[in-house]
Amino acid sequence: MKERSVYKRILVDRLFKALVICLSCIIILPMFFILYFIVRNGISVINWGFLLSLPKPMGEAGGGISNAIVGTVILIVIASIISIPIGTLIGIYLSEYKRGRFPYFSRLSLEILQGIPSIVIGIIAYIWIVVPVGTFSALSGGVALAIMMLPVIVMSTEETLKLIPDTLKEASLALGVPYPRTILKVVLPAGLSGIVTGIILGVARIAGETAPLLFTAFGSPFMSTNIFKPVSSLPLLVFNYATSPYPDLHALAWGACFVLIVFILSLNLIAKMVTRRWKVQF
Amino acid sequence: MESTVLKTEDFGAGFEDNEVVRSINLSIERNKITAIMGPSGCGKTTFIRCINRMHELVPGATSSGKILIDNENIYDMDAIIVRRKIGMVFQRPNPFPTMSIYDNVVAGYNLNGIAITKADKDRIVEESLQKAALWAEVKNSLHRKGTFLSGGQQQRLCIARALAMYPEILLLDEPTSALDPKATAHIEELVVELKNSVTIIQVTHNIPQAARISDFTAFLYLGELVEFGPTEKVFTVPRDKRTEQYLTGKFG
Repeated sequence: MKERSVYKRILVDRLFKALVICLSCIIILPMFFILYFIVRNGISVINWGFLLSLPKPMGEAGGGISNAIVGTVILIVIASIISIPIGTLIGIYLSEYKRGRFPYFSRLSLEILQGIPSIVIGIIAYIWIVVPVGTFSALSGGVALAIMMLPVIVMSTEETLKLIPDTLKEASLALGVPYPRTILKVVLPAGLSGIVTGIILGVARIAGETAPLLFTAFGSPFMSTNIFKPVSSLPLLVFNYATSPYPDLHALAWGACFVLIVFILSLNLIAKMVTRRWKVQF
Repeated sequence: MESTVLKTEDFGAGFEDNEVVRSINLSIERNKITAIMGPSGCGKTTFIRCINRMHELVPGATSSGKILIDNENIYDMDAIIVRRKIGMVFQRPNPFPTMSIYDNVVAGYNLNGIAITKADKDRIVEESLQKAALWAEVKNSLHRKGTFLSGGQQQRLCIARALAMYPEILLLDEPTSALDPKATAHIEELVVELKNSVTIIQVTHNIPQAARISDFTAFLYLGELVEFGPTEKVFTVPRDKRTEQYLTGKFG
């Protein structure tokens, strides 16, 4: 009798394990399909000319996406310059003041901000910057992306710093180190890997955003490094080419997708590496 | 030189409405070891944390009365100056995980932005580690991370870090509670040797330890200073019944 019940348990155990593995496979499959399609369709157009030259006028074969790559980099740099310092400081504030009405309200606002559809953020940046300045610009796109990036950075900074033991802060304060220096020189370095990981994931998140850029960076067929002029970006270029009726442009869109995916995948891998390599043992 | 280095006058402290210690009157003698013992929750740690003004960092912390160091009230001084004069070692070893052993010892200078020459740093590191009886073990690995050391070594590193600032008083908050017996014995020996250069106030819930190493003993019970005097007297002829009961294991 006893043996039978044990046998049953082992059976249930195995069935459950099989179920869990199956479900995990269902998660993995779509990712591989996506990668497979992008690589199959995109890899054929990838060459140095594709990466380094500008788009050709409509109807001409060939052309590249260098303007979109440069545009994407400019947008990421603008968004990072705005959101990294602000996001890290807010993260420090929230980790230092865990209780209280205002920290609670700030946290709530961040969660709501994270839930706002990206197209809405694009419209807001349009009203704030594009309308007063009178032209689409890289700056307005960068601001829209910064707003999207901010919650990611704040939350990862806060979570990382919360895990740092208070005893570490006490050790520093007990040596007579003033509070701001303690935060900057003891607490932040100890949490650096988590904060950097958060920043990289934030960049990965905004690198593929299209909607906030539709009304802001707008896109441009020319090489532009002026932050007050419209710029192209990889997702915008994909959107514009993929919705066009020309098969040539479709191929270029696949190529751009491939570049974008490789970029975002590398960012994710770098984030994983940073977490592992820079981990601080307490 | 006057023998009393620290004096408390009717000192009390707590959190919001809850008074943890009250009306404490103590005088601590220079270059002696004063042990503060008592059962859990009697306010030992709260009291010792007041001495270098770490207590007030907790939200809702309150304090009353005076603590005088060299006849100056620490609550009239800048907290940062107080903490540089009065070093502290905590229950659990807490070396800075991002720093090497060397940088941990001179952390007080580096973090405070006090400029000293490389030669001075080298001298302070060697001197402090030697005082903390750690030099022989780590002199060849000064630039490794401090967190690679064993628990007892880490605690001695923390003592060296506090000593590097040349404090007048060193507060030890149950420095051996997280250590094994061998490491504990090591730290005890070290503490006895250290009293030549610094005044030591040690919190302990280990009665034999207080008897072994201290010159003076204070017994705190439910936030009150029940008895304070030379260790020999407190342990052999306690004046208060509660002290006797505590020492014989009737409570605590």
